Amino acid sequence: MLYFSRAKTIGILLLCGLGILLSLPNLSARPGFWPGFLPWNQVHLGLDLRGGSYLLLQIDTSAIVKQDLNSLVDETRQTLVHAQLGYTGLHADPAKDAVVLHPLDGQTQQDLTALQKLISYAPGATSPSVAIAQQPDGSIAISIPQATQAARNAQAVQQAITIIQRRIDGSGVLNATIQRQGQNQIVVQLPGISDPERVKTLIGTTAHLTFQMVDANAAPGPIAPLGDEVLPMASNPSQSMDVYSTVAVDGASLENAQASTDPQSGEWVVNFTLNALGARQFADITTANVGKLFAIVLDGKIIEAPVIREPITGGSGQISGNFTAQSATDLALLLRAGALPAPLNIVEEQSVGPELGADAIRAGAMALGLGFVLVLAFMGTFYGLFGWFANVALVMNLVLMLAILSVMGATLTLPGMAGILLTLGMAVDANVLINERVREEVKNGRKPLAALEAGYKRAYGTIIDSNVTTLLAHVTLFIFGSPPVRGFAVTICAGIITTMFTATVLVRLITGRWYISRRPAALPV
Amino acid sequence: MFYRPMFRFVPDGTKIRFMNGRFAGLIVSAVLSTASIILFFAPGLNLGLDFRGGVVLQVQTPQTANFPALRAALAEAGLKDAALQTFGSGGNGVLISLESRDSAAATQTSIQEAETALNQVAPGSKILSTQAIGAAVSQQLFAQGLEALGLSFVMILAYIWFRFEWQFAVGAVATLVLDTTKTIGFMVLTRIPFDLVTIAAILTIIGYSTNDKVVVYDRVRENLRKYKSMPLRELIDLSINETLNRTLGTSGTVFLAALPLALFGGNALSGFAWIMLFGIVVGTSSSIFIAAPILLFLGEHRLRRSAAMPKTATS
Repeated sequence: MLYFSRAKTIGILLLCGLGILLSLPNLSARPGFWPGFLPWNQVHLGLDLRGGSYLLLQIDTSAIVKQDLNSLVDETRQTLVHAQLGYTGLHADPAKDAVVLHPLDGQTQQDLTALQKLISYAPGATSPSVAIAQQPDGSIAISIPQATQAARNAQAVQQAITIIQRRIDGSGVLNATIQRQGQNQIVVQLPGISDPERVKTLIGTTAHLTFQMVDANAAPGPIAPLGDEVLPMASNPSQSMDVYSTVAVDGASLENAQASTDPQSGEWVVNFTLNALGARQFADITTANVGKLFAIVLDGKIIEAPVIREPITGGSGQISGNFTAQSATDLALLLRAGALPAPLNIVEEQSVGPELGADAIRAGAMALGLGFVLVLAFMGTFYGLFGWFANVALVMNLVLMLAILSVMGATLTLPGMAGILLTLGMAVDANVLINERVREEVKNGRKPLAALEAGYKRAYGTIIDSNVTTLLAHVTLFIFGSPPVRGFAVTICAGIITTMFTATVLVRLITGRWYISRRPAALPV
Repeated sequence: MFYRPMFRFVPDGTKIRFMNGRFAGLIVSAVLSTASIILFFAPGLNLGLDFRGGVVLQVQTPQTANFPALRAALAEAGLKDAALQTFGSGGNGVLISLESRDSAAATQTSIQEAETALNQVAPGSKILSTQAIGAAVSQQLFAQGLEALGLSFVMILAYIWFRFEWQFAVGAVATLVLDTTKTIGFMVLTRIPFDLVTIAAILTIIGYSTNDKVVVYDRVRENLRKYKSMPLRELIDLSINETLNRTLGTSGTVFLAALPLALFGGNALSGFAWIMLFGIVVGTSSSIFIAAPILLFLGEHRLRRSAAMPKTATS
């Protein structure tokens, strides 16, 4: 048991060396001589240790469905008008994910034939864009198949991620990670930011900009006439204005937006330029409506509604609305980055300001360090030399766990560190078992070498059984648990495996070397 | 200190008759676990943010926080459900908790309202941290967690059955279930919040406790082969005594590791650490006073014969 072949010894030492190499990235920056084939992965520090924000966003899929159905209503109307067919009761039915219409008497077949044009296949898609079916009550339902809607939602999430990335990059926050989670959720992690509220606004704003004409003839009141909508003012939500529902120019036509101060008033404004299509629409609408009010609408709120003094044909304009330097800069950034495909809701949020960190971390680190030292001191006093051998293995165990967690890119929080410390506290159990066995064998009158051999051999059965039982329990937790429990189970499993290696193999190697060099007459047990 | 051991917990050849206390152990355990289950239903666990949903703001006021004024300002802002609590030692750390809102947008509005109210009462206050979690997410997490825990108990049962005998497996898992219920009872009494961190603590305890039971059982199995005619009761006592130094040694190290965390670890660690300390005491004593008596009752006649049979056949 105590004899190791040269190859095995080298193998064990190489494994330890590899562990040290892989855990080094946690201590310093990447040096120039680090070979390219070796990974340079660090354990990530959790929010509680470095401050920052964690946001779990959920995309509002019902808004996407609503948008899609509304544009489907438009397409259906155009198709039928183009085919010179009449219809009644065309409307979107969100409950059925469908657009419903009643054909005129005897025209059902012609309608169905004409509507076939709506069916198309997106590149690579297996389900059609819409499915058309005649209902029992004689109406025609044009529905969006589930698979198509799911693909649309997935696309929207992807698009939202790209836009969030652009907004965050533009705001100067470094090292943000943005990931998709599940079907329609996005996780945003922002390490070390000092103003979480600002970033939250930047991410959570849909930023859908439209230009709409104000309906000056509408009677004031909460109910809008047909074709109009009542929108609140951004500066004072209790005031509102009637605007035409038809969008004159959409923010999607924006090419650029910059914040600057107006040379005359000295106020902060946002200057924008439109692309060719937008510039033409803008020129048309302003030429036709000189002297009328023109509303600039952001996410359903009117930022301002200036009077059109003269036709604007250059494709550029200015938005002013009591901005501060910060809000003008942020609006320009939002407009440049583009609108989100659908509103995002913040489902979960965790923000830790920079002030919290220091004290909590100091207390935590001190307690963790003290705990580790106490474990080492206990082993040393309780088992003497063999206890110190176990302590060497324990430090190595910590290094190996750190290496595994680094390679996995795990996130370490303060409680996570406590978990690791306790895993280490339990890891010495293997050495306790071995030392107690060796002691028993010595009491039974065996010679040192025989006592060591028998002690290790007998303790192994127990170590394997107790560790495998715990390992199996945590593997089960990993397979069936929810994500946070899984992360914990992985850490414990990694700990059990490194423990089996350091507490048995490594300690045995050290003990064997010690025995061969000293040949003691009695064991220190 | 560096070469020879300095001390032992119990001298060699200790012969404590643990099985004399088998009824006392089981009765105390049954009472404690029943009480814990009652406590679980009323008043129930102090659910942490992870499972309850809601908002917690950790703020620091420039001077000692004026609670009545702050509470009035929050109620004024429409946040009647706001609960206030101090944290830290300076008297200027305040935890503001709000119940979960119907929608994500409403949650964000509430956070802003709370911040505005805070700055009216105590201008210059700093928001140290914000945490908001929807209630829907948490229910799902909870159910899934319980299911996973149940399955892992089944796995432990199967493995111990396979490696030992069914009496051992039933004894170990029954004891684990009792240990877990007591931990829940402890959490109800201490009002330590039940969240993902404390769940991790419970899982760590279950791991520790399993380990401890298997070690004692392993020695019982070994002695069953070694002493063919010894009555099971004496044999279990002998096995526990033989492993007593290891039991106290291992529980001692884990206890020492957790103790500083409970005393000095601060808000983030103390709940976790207190549960660990409680679990170590329960897990260690239950190996001796619960798992071993169950084995004794279940195996009094059966184990002796089944373990002795193969030996007689070979010798």
